[in-house]
This record gives sequence, structure tokens and C-alpha cells, in this order.
Amino acid sequence: MIALNNIVATYTTVRGQVNAVDNVNVSIPNGNIVGIAGESGCGKSTLLKIIYGDILYPLSLSQGSINYGIEGKNGEISTKDIGQYWFKRISYIPQSSMSSLNPVVRIRKQFLDFLEPGQNKKAILEQVREYIKGLDLPPEALDSYPHQLSGGMRQRIMVALGTYFKPDIILADEPTTALDVVVQKGILLLLMEIQEQMKNTILFVSHDMGVHYQISHKMLIMYAAKVVEFGDSEAVFKAPMHPYTRMLIEALPTIGDAKEREGVSGRPPSLWDKLVGCRFAARCPFATEVCKTEEPEFLEHQPGHFAACHHVDRVRQA
Amino acid sequence: MITVLKTTNLNKFYRLGGLVKRVRINALDDVNLSVQSNKPVIISLVGESGSGKTTLAKVILRLVKPTSGSATIYDQVVAGEGAIPSRKEFLSTLQPIFQNPFEAFSAYRTVDSYLQRTANRIGHKSGSGVSAALDEALNSVGLKYADVKGKYPNQFSGGELQRVSIARALIPKPKIIIADEPVSMIDASLRMNIINLFLSLKEDFNTSFLYITHDLATAYYVSDYIAVMYRGTIVEFGNARDILGSPQHPYTQLLLDSIAVTNRKWERKTYKASDIEAKEFQFSGCRFRNRCPYAEAICKEERPPALRQEDGREVYCHFADKTRLAKGEAA
Repeated sequence: MIALNNIVATYTTVRGQVNAVDNVNVSIPNGNIVGIAGESGCGKSTLLKIIYGDILYPLSLSQGSINYGIEGKNGEISTKDIGQYWFKRISYIPQSSMSSLNPVVRIRKQFLDFLEPGQNKKAILEQVREYIKGLDLPPEALDSYPHQLSGGMRQRIMVALGTYFKPDIILADEPTTALDVVVQKGILLLLMEIQEQMKNTILFVSHDMGVHYQISHKMLIMYAAKVVEFGDSEAVFKAPMHPYTRMLIEALPTIGDAKEREGVSGRPPSLWDKLVGCRFAARCPFATEVCKTEEPEFLEHQPGHFAACHHVDRVRQA
Repeated sequence: MITVLKTTNLNKFYRLGGLVKRVRINALDDVNLSVQSNKPVIISLVGESGSGKTTLAKVILRLVKPTSGSATIYDQVVAGEGAIPSRKEFLSTLQPIFQNPFEAFSAYRTVDSYLQRTANRIGHKSGSGVSAALDEALNSVGLKYADVKGKYPNQFSGGELQRVSIARALIPKPKIIIADEPVSMIDASLRMNIINLFLSLKEDFNTSFLYITHDLATAYYVSDYIAVMYRGTIVEFGNARDILGSPQHPYTQLLLDSIAVTNRKWERKTYKASDIEAKEFQFSGCRFRNRCPYAEAICKEERPPALRQEDGREVYCHFADKTRLAKGEAA
């Protein structure tokens, strides 16, 4: 179980401080693919950075803590020392493989970066070669430079790097957004297969609700730095509790359904402003007076299904 | 009938590599499209990256010269041999909008200066004429001139700025707007506002659209016609609802199968991804044959001709009958 306890993540800028993640309090059970969705700027990537322990200026963890549920050398690990366990216990698959792989170094050398002193290079490389075969990559891919591989193959290499040590936690930040649909499907099915074998916890950020429907076991929806809904995917897609979630699911058209779709007017509030009440209120069709003045609490409305909304019942009935 | 969009044997070759290992990429290979209609239409061009859809847009917009062939928009040849000479005429026939509005507008210039420039270019010289034209264009996309005046791009959200860029395109009252991935940078909650705007501009201003996208769901929602491209060739063309409702080309079927939808879970089987992209451009036969489950010897030898069907659909496949049946059985 990964417990996020009242996390507040702050960026320090010349204009002052701004909280990109504001008071997030969620417990994620092990062995799930957890989909994180929300608009650009809602704090989903910042949350991932905090969990990865990649906290560098101007980002800081100004409040709260994370329990990873992983025993390290000195007891349970925290955001301070998680850096020592990168790749081995927790790994990160970024969106852009081209800017993550070193363009002037062959792939195989990048695989050996995490070699510990005294380990046999040749033997490890043999194992890696064997491993990437299982990911539908030709063994020669290891001997290539990144630019010689297609976007899909590079992203498979990133998946291979991220999963080789069977880490407990995998963080994936829009890993397939830059890819074509056919290639995307291949990578997602691969990730699902790996997860079923290794039973790791994958936190998967994407803005594409279709992708979440296909792969996520749990859903975590963010809006303007807050978590607004968290629960089992099935329940969230079938009967969303937060109007924003509902809107995300219904906003885009599907093939075979020519029903008219409406976008939502307005835009998320600026995090620089002093925000009172519910942050979605200005755009919400269910909003009443109370939403403008009182911030809704993040509550468990059904077992395992949390939402922060004053009007959960009305949203569910609509 | 008015010819809204027509390309005749349109070719565009790019050369890659140095002097020794030079390869030719046929980014557009003998593209023949024809849409005729008396009413305004929205035509979608869909395909993966590298399918040639942006190259086709660039040729139509005269940003690149075609190697051979020509493109016609509203009965006027706009690219290739015999293209209309006058720049003014060209600009009031078609206008572009681009993918990323933050790159389309310079961060150091006010956005209304772009709109004024466009108005000047098509002949509005006086101040009052310019501001009337700007006002009208901005109103039609749901903005007010007063809200835009003197503002810089970073003072808008992506959705708003894309509206401004649509307003700019509307100033010359073009017959067709070429929109290259206009919503892919815009968040899901705002995307439909732009898409619905296309529909209302089509109704109210008789503006046609060439909508270039990789998102088949919005293409289905918005368009009248759809052309599916693969490696520089058209593989299927026709009525949008028909094609996405019952695709006949195996590539269209593959694309539809791969979309992450929210009403049906995927079957756990993958198609072979293409690992020889550049080589596929050199194929003399069908360019999809390397990944096609139905491919036979003839696909290697002959480029499949367009099979025209009664409902106007064109399928570029030797085995269109077979694929249609196979899909019927599966469904």
C-alpha cells in the first residue's frame, strides 16, 4: 500500500509560491494499475515527481509524507532516501523516450548504467537480451543508437528499462501519448501483461479516458491541484460521483454514437488566486451556493469510492 | 456541382540521406481525391504519423510544391500546374489553422496585430473597415474584440487562443479552412467547443473544412467525408459514417480496432507494428501488405486500384470483398 498523507507540493517562483498539489490524501492498494487523469496543469505530473522522490528546486514537498510500504536497508523508505532504490524498487517511464535516452550512447550501454561494481557485464547483457525478446523487441535493438529505432521501439526500450528489475512501483507519465494508436495499443497490452505477471503497482498518468478504461483498475481524478475522485475504475466509469469526472468521460464522442456533445465553458481557476469553495464550482452544472463558499471534503461515499463534492447524490442520479 | 476539393495524380517526393545512400520517400503517391458538393462540407483526413496527411495540407496551402499533379479547391487550381496566380484570390479561397496556437502566434506580439495584418492583406485599408472585420470574425467564434485587443498569447488558454486563430482565418471569408490537428493540443473539456464551432461555422457561414487529425472519434463526429491515408497513399475514402461504421480496408479496420474506447474492452491480441516504415514507402504494390492479414502475391506486384462502390466509397484493396465479409462474420 502506498499512502499519500496530506501531500502539498509547492513550486517556488519569482512571483511567489504556488501549490501544484494541494492536500492530497489517498491510500493506494498494492498490485493495481491506478489511472491518474485530469487536464494539463492539474498537478498530475507533479504528484508523480513527488512520489518518485525527484524533488528538486523549484519543487518542494512543503507538507505531508508518503509511506511506500517498502522495507529498505534502514527500515521503511521515505521520499528522502527513495532515490537509492530507483529502478530496483521504483521506476519511472516518461513520455518522451527521445529526450530520455542518451542519443550518442548505444542502448546496451544505457542498460548497464545501473550495474553494480563486480557484476559481470556479459552475463547481464545476455539476460537483458533475453528479457527484451519477451517485450517484442529484436535483440539487435540493444546494439542500436536511439535514433535508429522507431518511436514505438524506443518506448518499448523505456518499458524494458522500467520493468527489468521487477520494481514494486512503476510510475508512467503519459507513456503512449506521442504514439500512434496502433503502436499505443501494443505498448499498453504489454504493460498490462507485465503487471499481471509481476503484480507491481503502476501509477499511470494519461489525459485519455479511453486508455484508462482499457487498462486501469483504479481511477484517481485531479482538478486544479486537488484529487476530486478516487475509486475502482468500473465504479468510476459506470457511476462517477464528481461532475468533473462525469464530464471527462462524456466529453468526447465515440464512433457509432452521433449524439451531440457539449464542451464545458470556462477554464480551471488560476492557482495563484486565493481559492474559496469548490474549485470546479464555476464550471459545474450542479453547483449551488454552498459550493462557492465551502470547500467539499474528500469523503468515502461508498466502500473504496471517494469523492470531493457537495452534491454526490445529485450527480449520481443525473 | 461545385468541386470542393480535388487532387489529380498528386505526387510529392522527399529525398532523405546523403549522396551515397539516398532514399526517396513518396510522401504523396498518386493521390486522387474528389469531393463535389453544393453545400459546405467537412472533409477529414485521417492516418498515423508519416501517412502524408500534413504533406497534403502543405501542398494545398502552397507551403510545399508538389512534384507533379495538381490540387483544386472550389473549382480553382491552387497548387501544381496552372495554379491561380493572385495571392489575394488564393488567401480568400482558403485559410489555415494550425496545431499549436501558442506556436502560431509570436509571444512578443499582440494577437490582434495578426488579425489586423490579415485584414489589411485582403484589402481593408481604413481603420474602421479593419475593426469591423475583426469584430465580426471574433463574434462568430464567441469572442469580443474588446477582450482580445492588446493581449498577448500567454494571456489566453489554449482553447481561447485557438478560437482567435480560427477568427483570424475567417477574416478573408474563405471558402474552406485547412485545419491541421486543430484540437490535439487542447484539453478534453474544451476540445468539443472547437469541434462544435466548426459545425456552426459550416451552417452559418457556409465555410467548408479540411480537418486533418489522427483522432477518429472526432472525425466521425464532425465530418461528412473521410479519407484514410497510409504511407502516402489513400486507402479508403467515402462517407464518414459509412467508413467508420463498416470499414472495408484492412488498415482502416486495424485503426478502428486500436482506438481506446470507453464502451468495450480490447481483445488481448496485437497486430504486428511496422518496423520498416521507410521501406514501406518504396513498395511498388500495396504499402500495407507487410502488416496485412489478407495479403497475397498480387499485393506485392500491383498497386491496388480504387474500387468504386455504389455508395461512392472508394477502397484501395485487392480483396475488399473478402475483408468486408470477414468483418461481417466477426461482428
